[in-house]
Amino acid sequence: MSPETLNPLPAPLGSPQPAAGTPAVEAEGVCRRYGRRWALVNVDLSLPRGSALVVAGRNGSGKSTLFRVLSTLIRPDRGTTRIFGLDPRADLHSARRRVALLSHHSNHYEALTALENLEVAARFLGRPASRAALVPRLGDVGLAERADDPVMTFSAGMRKRLTLARTLLQEAEVVLLDEPYGQLDPPGFRLVDDVVVGLRSRGATVLVATHQLERGAALCERGLVLEAGRVAWTGPASDLVRGSGLEPASLAEGGA
Amino acid sequence: MSELSAALRKEALLQWRTRAQLAAVFVFGASALLLFSFAIGPDSAALRRHSAGFLWLGLLLASTLTLAESFQSEMEQRALEAQLLMPVRPAALFYGKAISNWAQLSLLGFALVPVMVVLYDAGTDRLGALLGVILLGTAGLSAPGTLYAAMTSQARARQTLLPLLLFPLVVPVLLAATRASSLLITGDPMGQVRSWALLLACFDAIYWSLCGLLFGRVVED
Repeated sequence: MSPETLNPLPAPLGSPQPAAGTPAVEAEGVCRRYGRRWALVNVDLSLPRGSALVVAGRNGSGKSTLFRVLSTLIRPDRGTTRIFGLDPRADLHSARRRVALLSHHSNHYEALTALENLEVAARFLGRPASRAALVPRLGDVGLAERADDPVMTFSAGMRKRLTLARTLLQEAEVVLLDEPYGQLDPPGFRLVDDVVVGLRSRGATVLVATHQLERGAALCERGLVLEAGRVAWTGPASDLVRGSGLEPASLAEGGA
Repeated sequence: MSELSAALRKEALLQWRTRAQLAAVFVFGASALLLFSFAIGPDSAALRRHSAGFLWLGLLLASTLTLAESFQSEMEQRALEAQLLMPVRPAALFYGKAISNWAQLSLLGFALVPVMVVLYDAGTDRLGALLGVILLGTAGLSAPGTLYAAMTSQARARQTLLPLLLFPLVVPVLLAATRASSLLITGDPMGQVRSWALLLACFDAIYWSLCGLLFGRVVED
């Protein structure tokens, strides 16, 4: 997928327009716990509009929880988040209209076909839901030939591609990609890279949680490392591999 | 309104893809009616007298299967989460699901009427009114049933929890629906059916408005 195939970002209808310079994503002292275990502890971050942040950390470090909090899907137990200055506690609907999340779960209906799943999403989003409008979207993620196959027959990588297509359909201003490379093959990796480049060229703010440190660092200008729910390191993405203390995927796989 | 229309189209699509399930639920309901007839024995007067109660018991038992399954497709890959983030208003998702469940339970009720007539010799010359009572009664089952199905959908013992929570709440609906159906089958010399139907409609209005308001609290974090 080339950046040119993505539509320019539309302004959400009826949403309050943010003042110039308002950060796209803010978190202040965000804490979240599951039962007695704290998954996030005092996480602060601020991302200007159009920027990109790669979030790294070991399994269970809190990356997915952070993304679910920032996407407004779950509420922080303490602290505040804002999307373009909008506090989800005060105006959940307006904040949500600006955010899209690609999560670990495919979020699809297994019994429906790939095209039908996109049709369902398009209708909810108020976008054209015709076959002619949606098959090219599936083509963007390499699924045009499987448009009429039920999702239950898809491999994990194909489900991820379909989830990516649905996430892009939202045309959100803030896009959170949680483990976007997971389950994908090498062409899929390049697809995700192209999607991030395309989103940034449209002016979207992108957050990528990944173990593919080099890829993430190449796509984003800022980096953040979580450890046991706390921000352990933050800095330029180009220093992520050196400064984070995490093992790059290429080394873990025995590569260069 | 466009969100509700999208939700209804989604439910219709899902129901069509899983239509075999409706047949299975009908077989379950019909089997329950058959077992009740065995329990009473060949006493045709008693069968006819209790036929409305058996019909609603069969519907109630079968409804727990329909209602519990209605959130399976939303939860197995967390499709509901994606819709909340689009963002779709929870009320639209609730009414889409509840109307779909209502349609299924009504169809099931309509399909069980001939079974009841054959097994219990419980015919009525006011068939239209009986179908109307089934519509009102199943509406009273489907709104709280949809809410509780959402609440229990993530629980391991959801098939047990759902009836435990639902049955006490829908007792007034069942009483009114059974009484109205019974009067239509065995005769209504005092003209009480209209009052019972009105009572059912009142319960429906309360359940549908309250459950629509509460659904957001159930599905949001």
